[in-house]
Amino acid sequence: MLHILNKSPLEKSSLDSVLRLARSGALLLIEDAVYAATRGNAAEPKLREAMSKLKVFVLEPDLQARGVADRVIDGVRTVGYDGFVDLVVEHPNCQSWL
Amino acid sequence: MKKFMLVNRKAPYGSIYALESLEVVLIAAAFEQDVSLAFIDDGVYQLKKGMQTKAIATKNFSPTYRALEDYDIDKLYVEAESLAARGLTAEDLVTDVKVVDAKTLGELMEQQDVVLSF
Repeated sequence: MLHILNKSPLEKSSLDSVLRLARSGALLLIEDAVYAATRGNAAEPKLREAMSKLKVFVLEPDLQARGVADRVIDGVRTVGYDGFVDLVVEHPNCQSWL
Repeated sequence: MKKFMLVNRKAPYGSIYALESLEVVLIAAAFEQDVSLAFIDDGVYQLKKGMQTKAIATKNFSPTYRALEDYDIDKLYVEAESLAARGLTAEDLVTDVKVVDAKTLGELMEQQDVVLSF
């Protein structure tokens, strides 16, 4: 399953919910959720925990817009809009954690 | 003249709050009020250097913060605790700000006539 998250980990508890419920598959961070994939953010340990059971991706255009494309945590893969589409196609279903 | 403080607590682009706050700052400046800006929580991300918004088809409004000085708005306060929780320092920000701790910022808030939240 593909989990899509768009909320900042320091504003909403959505990342905690994904970590609690997601079993396997992939997590794609978009919009304000991209901050979760940046070094030094207080959510970094949580994201590393997520990487133990999920493949973690982050949307490059949203990183660039926020000026944090050079701070991505090692092991997190960046994708563009085409990669976003590929992830949706590759997984049998997806959940947007709005 | 009244003392206005605009309190910014939201990241840019994910919602309209940051841009709306900037609009209000410029209006307040036009009326020659004593305006200060506070950046707390994800609001500190509004000031992050290096934004490239072309790929999300949105205007990058961060250069405007550098122009505020021309409108005599030079009181930009950033909460130290919020910066630290995001792995950021004052060097990561687009303009000169006063980095203050929560206690100091709380005291500044109490001194205002009007506090507007974004």
